[in-house]
Amino acid sequence: MADTTPTRIPASLIDARRSPVVTRRDWLQPLAPRARFTLRGGADARRAAGAAFGLVLPEDACRSAATPTRAALWLGPDEQLLLGLETDTASIQEGLEQALRGIAHSLVDVSHRQTALEISGPHAEAILNGASPLDLSLSAFPVGMCTRTVFEKADVVLWRPRADTFHIEVWRSFTDYVSSLIAEIGREYYPGDGRAA
Amino acid sequence: MLQIQCPYCGVRPESEFAYGGEAHIARPTDPSTLNDDQWAEFLYMRTNTKGVHAERWRHARGCNRFFNALRDTTSDRFLAFYRTGEPRPVLAGGKP
Ligand SMILES: [Zn+2]
Repeated sequence: MADTTPTRIPASLIDARRSPVVTRRDWLQPLAPRARFTLRGGADARRAAGAAFGLVLPEDACRSAATPTRAALWLGPDEQLLLGLETDTASIQEGLEQALRGIAHSLVDVSHRQTALEISGPHAEAILNGASPLDLSLSAFPVGMCTRTVFEKADVVLWRPRADTFHIEVWRSFTDYVSSLIAEIGREYYPGDGRAA
Repeated sequence: MLQIQCPYCGVRPESEFAYGGEAHIARPTDPSTLNDDQWAEFLYMRTNTKGVHAERWRHARGCNRFFNALRDTTSDRFLAFYRTGEPRPVLAGGKP
């Protein structure tokens, strides 16, 4: 009979697997909490919601619309992710609900379901390609493009608000996994970063 | 890794997609009028084509939409992609 005694993992290995502190890297930043809403609905819902939200919600696949404080990301033909300031959460919801009255739609506050990371700098594309097979060159993934995709094993929303900056929405419980993985990939490009001191 | 063209999002890696079985199988409009054999036929029996196969795919980790594709099951080559509701395309060369 096989020996079923569990193997004890040395403490040093456990420590080695701890996530690095990512906040010290300027090319990888966790973003502040924000308002997030998932809107599902047809063209009439999109138009009405856009008028209330203060943006023309994108109709084209994988495109976004944004102001300095709000953004609308196309996630599917009838699905939009709306981002705003955390302090505006209640007023955004109120405005949208009022505008969408009588129009078939679904509006869900997902502010706390996701967290956001920002990865920037000259190596952003290459680092993301460490765990994503998407073509992230500017011609294939231009400024303003967004998509739900897979980052290694985690579902994420990837959005490029500026040429050298990617905004990544991560499902909350995957935040540590995704940020640690990005930090690990980044060590190749920023060897000075090392692990948490 | 296969590259699959979502009719909405464009060409994406296979890892973003889920396979959805044979396409163009209409659910009976009134299942209560069917006998067990007819219901089993709808539920389980598929053509298992060797050659050009019309099949459903879902961009499950992208835009989340179902769509259809024609794929040659002998070469694993995709021949066409089209939206749900659109008729099965006729391929150049007369193949079904
Ligand atoms: Zn898609």
